[in-house]
Amino acid sequence: MTFTRGGLAALLAGMALVASAVPLKTDVAHSSVSAVFKQMNVPVESKFKTFNAQVDYDAAHPEKATARVDIDTASFDIGEAEYNKEVAGKDWFNAAKFPKATFVSSAIKPAGAGKLAVSGKLTIKGKTQDVTFPVTVKQEGPKQVFEGQLPIKRLAFNIGEGEWKDTSMVADEVVIKFRVAAGQ
Amino acid sequence: MQRYTTTAIVLHWLIAVLIIGAFTLGLVMTDIPGISPTKLKYFSWHKWAGVTVLLLATLRLLWRLKNRPPALPDTMPAWQRGAAHGLHHLLYVLIFAVPLSGYFYTLAAGFPVVYFGLFQLPVFIAKNPALAETLKPIHYWLNMIMAGLVGLHVAAALKHQFVDRDGTLGRMLPGRSH
Repeated sequence: MTFTRGGLAALLAGMALVASAVPLKTDVAHSSVSAVFKQMNVPVESKFKTFNAQVDYDAAHPEKATARVDIDTASFDIGEAEYNKEVAGKDWFNAAKFPKATFVSSAIKPAGAGKLAVSGKLTIKGKTQDVTFPVTVKQEGPKQVFEGQLPIKRLAFNIGEGEWKDTSMVADEVVIKFRVAAGQ
Repeated sequence: MQRYTTTAIVLHWLIAVLIIGAFTLGLVMTDIPGISPTKLKYFSWHKWAGVTVLLLATLRLLWRLKNRPPALPDTMPAWQRGAAHGLHHLLYVLIFAVPLSGYFYTLAAGFPVVYFGLFQLPVFIAKNPALAETLKPIHYWLNMIMAGLVGLHVAAALKHQFVDRDGTLGRMLPGRSH
C-alpha cells in the first residue's frame, strides 16, 4: 500500500483524461443514416446500409468532442434493385468515382441540456460544404445516442444530373437523418 | 326498354375509361427498364387513376344499393341471368380489390400516394419490403383476372347487341331512351 491520497487523485485524474481521449465505439446495429426526399411530392425515406461513425465524446467536455462519419454511397437502399442501381450511378452518387460521402466535424459546442451545435465539412460527390446543425445527445443504457437532422440541397452536390435536375420530379431539399449509438 | 339512371351510366363509363387507362399505363410503366423521370411520372399517374377508381367505385356502390338496375330482357334464359349477375358481382369486387391491392402495395414499398401531387393519402401500414413482395403478384393477378372478366363482360354486351338484338346494351349507353 504505497498509494498516498495525492497519488490516488492523480491516478483517477489520469484515468479520466485517458477516458475522455478514448474514442467511443459505434454500435452500427443501433445506428442509422437515412435521407428523406420528395419525389413528385411523395415523401420517401431511404437508408444508407453501410456507414461508419467515429465519435469522440465526453459529456464533461462536450467542446472537445470530434466526429467523423463515412458513408458508402453505393449502399443507399430505396427498396428495389433497379432503383438502387440508378441512384449509385453516374447521374446521382456516381459511387464508382465517389464511393464515400463524409462528414468531418470542425467545432462542437454545447447548446443547452442534451444539445450540441455541430459544425463541420460535408463532402458528397467531390463537393464540400460547411454545415452547422443541431444534435441531441441522450444516454441509453451504457451508450450515448446522438441524433439529428441536416437539411441540404441535392443540386449543390450535383446529386441528380441531366434529366434528374428537374426539381418537380425530385425536390432539391433533402434531409439527412442520423442516429449514432456509441459507447466505450 | 328501361335504362340505367344517368348517374349509374356516368359512373360506369368513367370507371371503365379510368380502368383501361390505368391498366394500360401499368403495363407500359413496368416495361420501362431502369428508372427515368417519365417512368416515375407514369407511376404517379397510375396511382392517381387507381385512387380515383376507388373513390368512384364507392359512389357507384352506394348508388347501386339505393337504385335497382333496370330489368333484363324477358327473353334471357335463367343461366344467362345467373351468369350476368355473378359476373357483375365479381366486377364490383374487383373495382375495389384492384386499386386497394395497389394502394397497399405502394404503402408497403414505402411510397405513399400524394393525390395529384397535392395531398398525401392515409398511410395505414408501415414500409414492409416482405409484404410488398407478397402484394406485387396479388395486384398483378387481380388485374389479369379483371382484364379477363372485362373481356367477358364486353363480349356478352356485344352478343346482346349484335346477335340477340335485345336492347341490353342500350340500357347502359348514354343518349335518349327508346
